[in-house]
Amino acid sequence: MKLHQLKPGQKAVVRHLEMDHLPMKLVEMGCFPGSEVELILKAPLGDPYYFRIDGMPLCIRKDMAMQVDVELLTHGIHGN
Amino acid sequence: MEIKVALVGNPNVGKTSVFNTLTGLNQKTGNYPGITVDRKTGHTKINDTLRARIIDLPGIYSIQPSSRDEEVVLETLFDSHNTHYPDVVVVVTEVENLKRNLLLFTQVKDLGFPTVLAVNMADQLSVKGIRVDIDTMSENLGAEVVLISTRTGQGISELKEAIARYSAADTRPLLDLASVDKKYFGAMDYKGWLARSQGVTFEGVNVAEDTLSDADIKRLQQKETVKRYQLIGEVLKSSYTKDASIATGWQARADRLLTHRIWGYLIFFAIMLLVFQAIFSWSSIPMDWIDEKFAQLSAWISATLPEGKFTELLAEGVIPGIGGVVIFIPQIAILFMFIALLEESGYMSRVVFLMDKVMRPFGLNGKSVVPLISGVACAIPAIMSARNIENARERLITMLVTPFATCSARIPVYVIIISLVIPEQTVFGFIGLQGLVMTLMYFLGFLAALVGAWLLKKVIAVTAKSYLIIEMPPYRRPLVRNVLSTMIEKTRAFVEGAGKIILALSVLLWFLGSHGPAATFGKAEEVVTETFAGKNLSEDELQDEIEGYKLRNSYIGLLGSGIEPVFRPLGYDWKISIAVLTSFAAREVFVGNLATLYNIGSHGEEETRIVERMEQERRPDGSRMFDLATGVSLLLFYAFAMQCISTVAIMRRETNSWKWTLIQILFMTGLAYISAMLAYNFLK
Repeated sequence: MKLHQLKPGQKAVVRHLEMDHLPMKLVEMGCFPGSEVELILKAPLGDPYYFRIDGMPLCIRKDMAMQVDVELLTHGIHGN
Repeated sequence: MEIKVALVGNPNVGKTSVFNTLTGLNQKTGNYPGITVDRKTGHTKINDTLRARIIDLPGIYSIQPSSRDEEVVLETLFDSHNTHYPDVVVVVTEVENLKRNLLLFTQVKDLGFPTVLAVNMADQLSVKGIRVDIDTMSENLGAEVVLISTRTGQGISELKEAIARYSAADTRPLLDLASVDKKYFGAMDYKGWLARSQGVTFEGVNVAEDTLSDADIKRLQQKETVKRYQLIGEVLKSSYTKDASIATGWQARADRLLTHRIWGYLIFFAIMLLVFQAIFSWSSIPMDWIDEKFAQLSAWISATLPEGKFTELLAEGVIPGIGGVVIFIPQIAILFMFIALLEESGYMSRVVFLMDKVMRPFGLNGKSVVPLISGVACAIPAIMSARNIENARERLITMLVTPFATCSARIPVYVIIISLVIPEQTVFGFIGLQGLVMTLMYFLGFLAALVGAWLLKKVIAVTAKSYLIIEMPPYRRPLVRNVLSTMIEKTRAFVEGAGKIILALSVLLWFLGSHGPAATFGKAEEVVTETFAGKNLSEDELQDEIEGYKLRNSYIGLLGSGIEPVFRPLGYDWKISIAVLTSFAAREVFVGNLATLYNIGSHGEEETRIVERMEQERRPDGSRMFDLATGVSLLLFYAFAMQCISTVAIMRRETNSWKWTLIQILFMTGLAYISAMLAYNFLK
């Protein structure tokens, strides 16, 4: 699944980044294959998304999250 | 001996606090006219024999630049001829996001600098359930590691000791580039690789010759960055533990509230409203006091000093002019206090998060919110704060519209005009009408910025994909010391910057206003006495007529009547025209210059406060000069016109283009002229 499909509270592990469509900055902020991500919340208007990547807070837009392949770890406790 | 110490670190790690703690008041800064502010510098004593120049560089995440901020750091650390090229680099990090912070540390260390790692916010260790083994970390990183807390002062002397041992530092690189790609990197060092991947060249750095495509380079960069994170992971595994059971529940709750789809926006608007109301209402008492004192000072000087040109210059030119600047200190201080609070507390990032999607249709980015909000303080640092917007087009549009935000230099004009033309009433029982109009002026500024951005989006071509990557810093109680130092620094810069211009202009205005051609100005008494002969004027009335005639026929009067036709459609007489014209140097001189113009030829001894004097100003037909039509026309003109030499200079530098600078001037001033004219003719 893709990163943007996570529900708030769900955790996943990053598998692959479509680097042709993503800036280096994302990798520099700690998002790369093997990183653990958790969706904290989405902005009121549905975009951007607020994640924790290996425990560190990071916001990116939906279109960028769509370029990140992840594997779901747990099911969220409070999906909405 | 003095060494150069550069402070490098991610945003939000308290780097500026470290700078403030180290340098105290020995800082050289300035976010105002003509002073280039890429970096702040200050001095400190490291020990009995060693002094250091501390250079505070912009907060960045990586040395591989994706924004202008990062370019500045790269230039400083790459070019050994740069005046700020450091002897030692202190990488400031914080305990919570150490992993991300350390990426930059490994990059800086691999450039070959003696590098000290300062882990800030050590006072938070137990609260957050974090344990750090300094010795192990230091050994694994091959660098001195110091736990510090700028909040409690812990570790600052140890940091200085570590800096003092810089010549013994281990400067070997941490990452073996061969582990990234053995064949490609071979014997290449990190500098050579950066020069190749970033396309930067400096003396003494050999750029590798190869046939790699951009995609190849990016692949290698990604691999390198991941390798660095792996290395950092290894280091932290043996020296850093975080107890996951200690939750920061209130932070998460605060995030949910402050970014809530209804509450989030309501709270944001409430905070903005509070700021604008505070600027207007909290400052009225100290402002009245200052106004009165300056009027008394002028009167005292005229009464005490011997009569003559110099006394006149002081009492009628310099003192009222300076008073016109000093009076706005309370408002500017309050404004900068709020801006500092918003940034220090971590709230500003939440606003970026909330507003990103709102800003996008206008060709802006969530990050544009920061320049637009800081623009209400001053457009100069605001335009520079657009540097962290990665996308060139969004950055350009942000810079072009930022001067529409109601900067503090407009406050003097708004305050005076509003208090003259808007009645002192309350609406809905508790909202002051004058404060409400002031708030409206702020919203008008933002509205103009958004509409302007939308228009620009139509004409500026898309060159690169827009993206947003921001960190959400934890909420923190702002450090009083940091807020105060920002307040004092910015207010001082305002007073000094505006003070110089005011002083020069008020002397010039006074001179031009009290001199004139011999044929008319020189014969004022004869001409007026002759005109009014037989009309039975009292001595005082005659004197007034003479002074009036003199002013109209002085050089400034002639200049004023020359440009008056330009501003007549907006409802301005020649005195206001002069004040508007001189405002093109800096808006805040408007009040001071009017005060000077109205004071020339006044009977010295009487104290007149600026507002009273303006209230009494009459048109030839006897109606009030500052009526609603002229007032609104002035408000609109000052809201939109590009009247700030310093902003023009900074735009030229930041856009590196005269074309966009000129487009901005013409667009803003054209809009100002047309809207002021429409308003005047509609309300007249």
